[in-house]
Amino acid sequence: MILVRLFLAFLKIGAFSFGGGYAVLALIQKEIIEGFAWISEEDFVNIVAIAEMTPGPIAVNASTFVGYKLSGILGAFAGTIGVITIPFLTSLIASIYFQKFKDSKQLSWILKGIRPAVLALIGAACIKIARISFVDYKSILIGVIVFASVYKLKLHPILAIFLAGILGLIFYGLF
Amino acid sequence: MLLKLFITFFKIGLFTIGGGYAMLPVIQKEVVDNKGWLSNEEFLDAIAITNSLPGPLATNCATFVGYKLSRFMGAAAAVLGAICPSFIIIIAIASVFRFIAESKYMQYIFAGIRPAVVALILFALVRLTKSVGIKALNLAISFVSIALILLLDIHPAIIIVLSGLFGFFFFGREAESK
Repeated sequence: MILVRLFLAFLKIGAFSFGGGYAVLALIQKEIIEGFAWISEEDFVNIVAIAEMTPGPIAVNASTFVGYKLSGILGAFAGTIGVITIPFLTSLIASIYFQKFKDSKQLSWILKGIRPAVLALIGAACIKIARISFVDYKSILIGVIVFASVYKLKLHPILAIFLAGILGLIFYGLF
Repeated sequence: MLLKLFITFFKIGLFTIGGGYAMLPVIQKEVVDNKGWLSNEEFLDAIAITNSLPGPLATNCATFVGYKLSRFMGAAAAVLGAICPSFIIIIAIASVFRFIAESKYMQYIFAGIRPAVVALILFALVRLTKSVGIKALNLAISFVSIALILLLDIHPAIIIVLSGLFGFFFFGREAESK
């Protein structure tokens, strides 16, 4: 039964997907392509592209796409639900304990230490993405315009993404 | 409430391209600013927890927010909301994807979106930094952490555990000595 195998494969992928998106792409490559030979290496390149270019979490996009390629809508369903099940349960358990102990002073000490570290995680991600995103003066200009429009003009981030797409069309299409 | 959670995370899933940290600015705008479901500090706690666990940041965050507001059903509604757009869009475009991806206009659009994602994450970071408070100790924790990640490639989960331990002993002792 391919749907059950698909579900179990993605259950495993979801369970080990620490770090989200790109970790999942690596696991898909290992489990689905090398392990099962369900899809070709060439298809994998498409999976990466579609996962990055469509909205939503990369891990979910990739799982839906692989499931769909292998056995249609039901496959997409098995892949998506499979990849999300273990993360959902672990996050749920963590949330239950967090809400239970959030007023304890011990937890507040721990969180005081963690919060500045989380800022560092976000900062490091920002630097890593910046290294591959700022490739020429046009991309730097787009970055500056978008930052100014959300910081000074209070533009909603969703609208800022639309604005950036239009700027991309103008800067790279017309000039 | 369940419907509100579903719709909010549907919107987040629908309008975030690039996944992971690229989704943070939109989650912050919707969940912290517009709905007031979390404070900026709680949002950071949610990121800390979701980063230490398996799974996509956005769906783990959805579970955290959903559970806080309406327990199990809330968590389920928020996660379903976050994954539905992916599901619908992927199925809708899977067969014509090659055509879309190879269009040069699509590539121009994405060339514009990529630097914008950096700007949006930076914006979220600025606001979160203000809410944590710019103090010497906080800055020290941030700089040591960022150096460990960028120079030694230490996993985020390890950073969170280390900084948590530091906080527990440092702030714990500070509280006792008062």
